[in-house]
Parts: sequence; structure tokens; C-alpha cells
Amino acid sequence: MDIIHGKVWKFGDNVDTDLIIPARYLNMTDPEELAAHLFEPIKGENFNEIVGESDIVIGGDNFGCGSSREHAPIALKASGVACVVAKTFARIFYRNSFNIGLPLIIQPEAAEDIQDGEILNINLGEGKIKNQTTSKEYSFPALEGMMIKLLENKGLISYILNEGYDSSEKRESSG
Amino acid sequence: MAHTITEKILAAHSGKKEVNPGEHIVADVDFMVANDITAPITINIIEDIKNAQIKNEQIALVPDHFTPNKDIKSAQNVKLLREFSKKHGVKYFFETGRCGVEHCMLPEMGLVGPGDLVIGADSHTCTYGALGCFSSGVGSTDLAGALLTGKIWLRVPETIKLEYSGELKEWVYGKDLILMTLKELGNVSAIYKSLEFTGSTISKLSMYQRLTMSNMAVEAGAKNGIFSPDKITEEYVKDRVKRNYKMYQSDPDAKYSKVRKFDVSNLDPQVSLPHLPSNAESVKKIGRIEIDQAFIGSCTNGWYDDLEIAAKVLKGKKVHPSTRLIIAPPTPEIYMKALRNGILEIFGEAEAVIGPPTCGPCLGGHMGILAAGERAIATTNRNFVGRMGHYDSEVYLSNPAVAAASAIAGRIVHPEEVL
Repeated sequence: MDIIHGKVWKFGDNVDTDLIIPARYLNMTDPEELAAHLFEPIKGENFNEIVGESDIVIGGDNFGCGSSREHAPIALKASGVACVVAKTFARIFYRNSFNIGLPLIIQPEAAEDIQDGEILNINLGEGKIKNQTTSKEYSFPALEGMMIKLLENKGLISYILNEGYDSSEKRESSG
Repeated sequence: MAHTITEKILAAHSGKKEVNPGEHIVADVDFMVANDITAPITINIIEDIKNAQIKNEQIALVPDHFTPNKDIKSAQNVKLLREFSKKHGVKYFFETGRCGVEHCMLPEMGLVGPGDLVIGADSHTCTYGALGCFSSGVGSTDLAGALLTGKIWLRVPETIKLEYSGELKEWVYGKDLILMTLKELGNVSAIYKSLEFTGSTISKLSMYQRLTMSNMAVEAGAKNGIFSPDKITEEYVKDRVKRNYKMYQSDPDAKYSKVRKFDVSNLDPQVSLPHLPSNAESVKKIGRIEIDQAFIGSCTNGWYDDLEIAAKVLKGKKVHPSTRLIIAPPTPEIYMKALRNGILEIFGEAEAVIGPPTCGPCLGGHMGILAAGERAIATTNRNFVGRMGHYDSEVYLSNPAVAAASAIAGRIVHPEEVL
């Protein structure tokens, strides 16, 4: 898996999906159109234009809580965000992100320490975050089986089409 | 080994004798749902795959969020659902006029039942747990995966057992139990976990109040919120659910990650203050909060019983001159029953506006948007920043009696204050 190198955009606790992409834009599906409204309630319009390719979002607790809208991770990814690091993630957002090939990292200490504008190097395979600005390093547990398969296949659908659920299934007789 | 109801349902759907928390499984899905916001992404994924075959009898496509179509983009999305349904022979597509809020439609029509494994591309899919099924919200890609394969990968959740005892006071309902519970649990403690609602208070609770409670399980971060099916469940599902269903029960010695007990005999109606559902407080302790709008409806608290409670409060009264009251019965069946029984007339006489079945106002979609600085009380499930409109507006959550009473008083009050 690739090394992620980018600038940090830091947010607080309970960043819900209405803050990531407000409901009134959910009549759109085009990733570029959605990206134009990323974090609009917090950052204003066209925040995506100042997000660099491969930038990193830092969140607090419960990042991505609220609705199941996949528009939220889609807007993040289409804006150039390569990874989100947070203390905890809401579960649907967690699934949705990996399902479209956007990696998330749970690392509470890093999420607390790292500040807006700092530059990070993240090695997903080795489970390492290096803060280039402060030289501080953090490690995180290796991703679990399914999450790796999703990232390697760049999402759930390619995984299903390439490998299929059957390859991961070990069925017992139902008895 | 002893297991919870959730573990038993997941085991039965993954061809295993037993499953344990933390385990990853691939499970068979009984039924799926998506709406006009989430389904378009799913449809685009499926139409990109050459000759894709889908499980067309196990999905309901319910255009309920921006309908009746609020603008051209919304109309295009519903058209996409309609044409996809026709092309792929989707059995359950609901046209405006026959369509209601998805999480009220599915139980009402018996499309989901006890023992089922249900997923939906909507976070409030957890609602159906009230029927004793495993039901969880997912995203559009997960739904596409399940439509193609009939399966979904899941991590078996730990379960938190919630035990309620005591008789509820007048004007206190399932909504107040769940708002109080969210306050006690906080909004993150149940992330990735299952909530199991039990106890003597619960066994007397009507199906509609149970549906209100499981609807909000996701507001604690939970994967699902489940009730043990009993006589009340059987009574509700027996003439609705046409498929075979199975009433699983947790073993008495099943393992829980946590057990919380609540004596609710002194519980007052609860109000969740901005901007989190877990910011609940007794209506008697919140001071004077004037409101510009009240909304009664949604998948949380728009059931017929909820409208009946609101009508009891509103009968012979008028909405306060500085407040607007919007009531949207969430399904055509509920709408017609309220019409026939004179409930809509009571609302009209009180000078409330009666909206069509839609999710509209709850998510700030349409039909009741708030301006900057405005405040609303709503019987819905979320009060996030800007949820019902402008980022500088505020939403307070309550049960339907408190919402109706507050519309009369022009400020948030206990129903006793206006009766």
C-alpha cells in the first residue's frame, strides 16, 4: 500500500455527515459536484479548492456520525483527501470509506496531538504516522483482513468482482 | 454456549452453529432498502457492471427523502429509481401517492419480520430491530454488493443490555426512554455494538413505541437496536408478514459487554437540546425556550399512535401566533386512517399545516426549512447543526405530546401546561 504524504486539516469531535456534506446537496451524485460543498458549514464554499492532492483530515471522537450518506466519503476523496485519522469513527462512515477505497486510521493520541497545517507521512502497511513538522511518530495496529482486501481492490465492488465473497467464506454445516 | 438474539440471528444467516463478538462473517441478507438519496449511487455502480443480475425481489426502493420531487435534480433521481426498477424487475418500488417514509412503510407492509437480517442504505434502518430482527444501516456501495450477491460482510457486535423497570408517567413514551438512554450512554459508547432493550417496562410497550426506540439506536453509534419478540410483536406481524419468520430469544446466560438498569417510574418527558440527540434533559428543567416551528412526523415519531397523542393535546386549541406547526403523516395508510378518524381535522382546526408523507423537513430537505436564528421542536431523531435548515438554526427533539403542546404555547412546555 502507498505512502501518504500531505498537509493536515484538523476538525473536532462529532463531525457529523451533515457537516461533511449538507443534506440539501444529496440530490447530486457526481463526486466533483459534491466536493465543491465539502465541509461547507464549517469552512464555507469551495473549500475543496484549497485541499491538496493527498492531504489528510484529522478528526476527534465519532467522526462521520449521523446519516449513511456515502456522499460524505465520496466528497472527501474527490477533494483530494487521502486518509482520515480520528479518535473514533461512526461505523457506517467507517464501512463506507473502506468500501470506496478511502483508508481511515484510529489513533487517539495522534488525533489529539497533530495540529492544523502540519505535514504527515503515513505508511499504511507498516502502521506508522510520522509528523514531519514535529518529528513525532505514532503507530497504529495493522488493518484487519477485510479492510486490507478492500483497500487492495480499491473498494468493495472490485473486491466482489475480482475475488468474490466465496473466497473468504469457510462455511460449517448449518446443523 | 449461550448467545444473544443478535448473535443467534447472525449465526443462522452465515451458516454457522454459533458466532462470537469480533468475528467477521459473510451473512445472507433477507431484505434491503434504499431511498432517493442513497439508491442513485447504488444504481450507478450496478449499471457500470456488464450484465449485472440483482436480487430484485429482496429490495424496496423508496423515494421518500426529497419527494414529492423538490427540484429537477431530485426528480431525475426518482426517475433513475423508477427506470432501474422497471429494467431489473424490482418488486417493491413505490410511486408518490403510494409511497411513504421507508422505515414506516416496511414494517407496515410486513416486508420485514422477526428473525430477519435486513440492511438498508439509510442510517435509521436500525428501526426494524423493534420486530426482533437484525437490522442495520449501511452505505450505497454495501447495498450494491448485497444486491449483486445477496450477502454482506459483518463484524459480530458486542451487545449492551439495557433493562428498564417501572411504570411510565402520563405523557412519557418510548421516545423519552430512548432520549434518556442516549444521555446516559453518550453518543459514542455503543459504536460498533448492539443495543438490546429489555425489562418489565419494555414488555408493556406498544410496537410503535418500540419502533421509536430502535430507530434512535444509531444515535448512540450502535450497529443495531433489538427487542425480544413477544405477544405484542406476534400481534403486529401476524397479518402483515407473508414470509416465514422466526422469533429468536437471548439465552438467560448470554454474554453482554455491559448491562445498564434504569428505573423509569419518575422519568419526565425529555427534550434533546442542540446539537446532539444525547443532550437530553427533563422538559421541566430547560427553562424558557421560545420556538418558531414545531414538526410532528418522520420515521421516529409519525406513527398513527403519535398523531393520536398530538391530536389529544391539540383538540380545540390553536397553534401560537408566532409558531408554525407542520405535521406530515409518514405513510399513505397512516394519512388515510388519520383522515377517516377526524385527526387531520383536529390538526387543521388548530391551524397546523398537514404535509404529504415525506422525510423532507426532518433533514432540512424541503417543506419546512428553518431560517437563520430560528428554533424548532421536532419529533424526529437528529438535532445536528443545520439539520433542519440554516446553520444558525436550532432543533430540539421531543415526543409528539411535548411538540404539540409547545406549538400551542409558542415555547417548549410539558403538555400539562396547556391542558
